[in-house]
Amino acid sequence: MINSKIFERSAIGRLLLADKAGRYLIAALLVITVLVPLCNLLMPAGSFLHIPTYVVVLLGKYLCYALLALALDLVWGYCGILSLGHGAFFALGGYAMGMHLMRQIGERGVYGNAELPDFMVFLNWTELPWYWYGFDNFFFTMFMVALVPAALAFVFGWLAFRSRVTGVYLSIITQAMTYALLLAFFRNDMGFGGNNGLTDFKDILGFSLQSDATRCVLFALSALSVAGAYVLCRAIVTSKYGRVLIAIRDAESRTRFMGYRVEHYKLFVFVVSAILAGIAGALYVPQVGIINPGEFGPINSIEIVIWVAIGGRGTLFGAVIGAVAVNYAKTYFTGAFPEVWLFMLGALFVISTLYLPKGIVGVVTQIRERRAESNATSIPEQGAKS
Amino acid sequence: MSAVVKSPGFHSAEMQSMLYLNGVTKSFDGFKAINNLSLDIAPGELRAIIGPNGAGKSTMMDIITGKTRPDSGQVRFRDSIDLTQYDEADIANLGIGRKFQKPTVVETLSVWQNVELALAGTRSVLHALFHTLSSEQTDKVNDVIKLVGLKEKAGDIAGSLSHGQKQWLEIGMLIVQGPELLLVDEPAAGMTDHETMETAALLKEINKDHTVVVVEHDMDFIKALDSKVTVLHEGSVLAEGRLEVVSANPRVIEVYLGR
Repeated sequence: MINSKIFERSAIGRLLLADKAGRYLIAALLVITVLVPLCNLLMPAGSFLHIPTYVVVLLGKYLCYALLALALDLVWGYCGILSLGHGAFFALGGYAMGMHLMRQIGERGVYGNAELPDFMVFLNWTELPWYWYGFDNFFFTMFMVALVPAALAFVFGWLAFRSRVTGVYLSIITQAMTYALLLAFFRNDMGFGGNNGLTDFKDILGFSLQSDATRCVLFALSALSVAGAYVLCRAIVTSKYGRVLIAIRDAESRTRFMGYRVEHYKLFVFVVSAILAGIAGALYVPQVGIINPGEFGPINSIEIVIWVAIGGRGTLFGAVIGAVAVNYAKTYFTGAFPEVWLFMLGALFVISTLYLPKGIVGVVTQIRERRAESNATSIPEQGAKS
Repeated sequence: MSAVVKSPGFHSAEMQSMLYLNGVTKSFDGFKAINNLSLDIAPGELRAIIGPNGAGKSTMMDIITGKTRPDSGQVRFRDSIDLTQYDEADIANLGIGRKFQKPTVVETLSVWQNVELALAGTRSVLHALFHTLSSEQTDKVNDVIKLVGLKEKAGDIAGSLSHGQKQWLEIGMLIVQGPELLLVDEPAAGMTDHETMETAALLKEINKDHTVVVVEHDMDFIKALDSKVTVLHEGSVLAEGRLEVVSANPRVIEVYLGR
């Protein structure tokens, strides 16, 4: 009783009380945070309730994508900024984490060099480049996971929004941005492992990345991050700031003539979104065990847009549903019918654009509204009969 | 109600003009949309601006509100403020509100939320993130919604309003911004006769506490406003004065009225 009162009075409590879908989402995330590790670690391997480790890793990966989709929905769904380069922020967060994990390998690398990662020894480098300094420290790395995507988003956004680049033009330059980074990270002399990227990770904070327990902890952290990010995004979009974002999305010049500095509003949300994408990347890399320039690929960024579109743009939880649903479909179809997956993805996008403009969430709302309507009309009829 | 529409200071004895344009010229690809235009709006005035299509009315609005920079000439607000130095958001915060020709409201937000967004106050990102309304501000929003006749629609999504109601909502949004000068672009366009007359009455009511400049085509509406009229033609002023005087001017009849 006392607990529920505290809940109602707290800021998060008030936020969630007004958001039924959000409550379900948070509850579901908390349940899997506890249940999935339990079923993996405590249930015997043959048991019906046992969740194999590969499934834990797969689910963890979906959750990272869900976090990335949330980040995109915040800028696209609420502010109309269709970024086709969000994969870049994800990859930068991932590379920052990858650099830390590389430094953690230490003497256990193939060449046994305590200071230099294997690929640097292979390239005959004699000392660590300056921009690798500090990444042996976990907390410095966590800071960079947020700072590097934020800095890129800030500089890029400042230039683009100040010059009033909008719509399809903005989408094109975000695509160009991620493509330019793809090309840059492919180069060996950039010092990020070139084509092969960063891999062969051993452990994180002294815990082996191969152990089931570490994987379960990473999974739980991913689920909690999605829940935390959802609450943060929800707080942003339900504030007055969020209503200004919607005003910018639907009537940009009106908002300007109301006296709002549209470029500042866009810049802030773009930077927040980039940080969330960076965190998603940092959680992703230790779970999949590799980060390479492919993550900067333009197609990756477009896929994020498809997840959000299919889930339901501008709802936040739709982004989470879309990311998990599409990636589950991807896992299944690339296994069962690998050659048709890309066609299916394209078809899904076309169908959702033409027939489901509000995505899966829109369809569900529509069905419920119809049901509510038919209930409303049927009640007086019953009254008339009796 | 008067507390709502009050804006301080325009009765100060020192101010000569609320808005002053002198020799303003703007050309697009060699076409002079505005040609040596001069205009003087006194504090507290209600002014109607008419002119045929392409006379430069919208370009003039764009120049005053900072959307377009003039090639030459002076644009001054409250005697001393050079408007050519500022952009749209600055000029809005200086105290000039603009209503667009096409009603432009945030269709996905409610009537109440639209007015709340326009309500005068700090416009910074940080302020908006942690903003909560005071009861005084809530009253102000409610009063303005009542003034523009949308009290019953306050909770409705703005996109569900009729064309005329959207125009009124936009006018309400202008008023809560607390501007001294209101620029109103074709408020009666697409309205029924009844709505047109109501809009004219609304603008006259607003004029009690604000300087208002109205651009309009509809002659019945101009008559109802009963104010000084400026006729624009090919980017400059053709005639100025009471409607009866202006409409007797042979040049005006030739280019505009005597179609």
